[in-house]
Amino acid sequence: MNIPADLRYTKSHEWVRLEDGVATVGITDHAQAELTDVVFVELPELGRELDAGDPAAVVESVKAASDIYTPLAGEIVAANDAVEADPALINTDPYGEGWIFKVKVRDPAQLESLLDAAGYEGQIA
Amino acid sequence: MSEELKRSPLHAVHEELGGRMVPFAGWEMPVMYGSILREHQAVREHAGIFDISHMGQLWASGPRAAAWLERMLTNRVAKLEVGRGQYTFLLNGAGGVIDDLILYRSGDEEFLLIVNAACIEADVAWLREHLDDGVELVDDSARWAAMAVQGPESAAVFAAVRPGDELPPRNGIARLGDGCVVCRTGYTGEDGFEFLAPAAEGERWFRGFVGAGAAACGLGARDSLRLEMGYPLNGSDLTPERTPLEAGLGFFVDLEKGDFSGREVLARQKQDGLAEKLCGLAYLDKGAPPRAHQPVVDEAGGVVGELSSGVLSPSLGKGIGMAYLPLALARPGTRLAVEVRGRRFPAEVVKKPFYKPAAKPA
Repeated sequence: MNIPADLRYTKSHEWVRLEDGVATVGITDHAQAELTDVVFVELPELGRELDAGDPAAVVESVKAASDIYTPLAGEIVAANDAVEADPALINTDPYGEGWIFKVKVRDPAQLESLLDAAGYEGQIA
Repeated sequence: MSEELKRSPLHAVHEELGGRMVPFAGWEMPVMYGSILREHQAVREHAGIFDISHMGQLWASGPRAAAWLERMLTNRVAKLEVGRGQYTFLLNGAGGVIDDLILYRSGDEEFLLIVNAACIEADVAWLREHLDDGVELVDDSARWAAMAVQGPESAAVFAAVRPGDELPPRNGIARLGDGCVVCRTGYTGEDGFEFLAPAAEGERWFRGFVGAGAAACGLGARDSLRLEMGYPLNGSDLTPERTPLEAGLGFFVDLEKGDFSGREVLARQKQDGLAEKLCGLAYLDKGAPPRAHQPVVDEAGGVVGELSSGVLSPSLGKGIGMAYLPLALARPGTRLAVEVRGRRFPAEVVKKPFYKPAAKPA
């Protein structure tokens, strides 16, 4: 299972990459393997203000719909149109082209409340 | 409810093949082995195999068996030749569906009923309550491992695994020399067969069919394949509150054959007309996957029904579903929408099947 060391994670299987106050969010390799074939992604509206833990997007497999929560509070500043057009990117490249949305974070210190790679690995073991 | 789940005689093979096990109708069954989309495609293009050991096998036999079944079921038993099967319904007194099943005539005075897993107890209770002298009814469900091999290459798979045996014709049933039973039926719209083996021998045959090229497939693909054909799922598209006529399956009901359970209600429906009918709905564009219980709305935004089944069709690449709709909205081409999380996805009423498989052998 691929769990990059430079990212932070949530118990609900999102990953976060914080750069210059903007957090890129996607779902983990473990999550995409559990969901299997992603066939639909509902992206958040740009400009929405969300609190940490709010549902922001929906990822659907053939059998089920799963909410994707924003791990950090802030404003949605980007959404990945490429995964809307080709949802399978979430399966093939969950940490790269399969990113889902970006949040301009309110409080970068919130990052410390998230799991690191070792913590997440323990979580899914 | 945390009732103990029953395990299929093929359970060990599912674990070996990486099947993802889920509860279904009181059983622990594989929903997939890795990818529903790949399994779906394997059945449409090559061959796939499903464990259907959860389904029930009931035998009805005796000199009065045919006459009794004629009164228990909707289709005409008298026209069923030995060695053939027919789709039929078991109805309650109000004409509602207790179960949909396939009735096979394995002998002059011997019939096999293959029934839905969730309905075995209700079916047996209803049938015993209405049993006639001169009919023996046996619930043989625990004795069999059952598997369905489906897809354009399924006949080749059978020939490779059972070189000395011949498949029966479409809808046919044959007993094989070693006690196994094979039926040329299925739930996918493709050519295929259903194979019954004594429970202890099931694994060997399942492995054999997989070795001959059938991809192991779970309930997920089984559902998307059947829905592309517009085949109903009992408990979702068929319920004790709906009649086969409302479900658009009057072809399997013979109102002229004499009395049977529920006949009066069906005859009245036929005469007076239906209030609602089970319709196929297909998205006009891409959209969120339709699923059971999502609201169906008309062009004015008013709720006119809800989906009884729905899926993002892997073969068609768009949402499809079924819903009971007022007759005025049941005409193909009627514009409606499916509401998912508050968003409306335009859809229209279409004829079933949603998908047409390649021609099957006769």
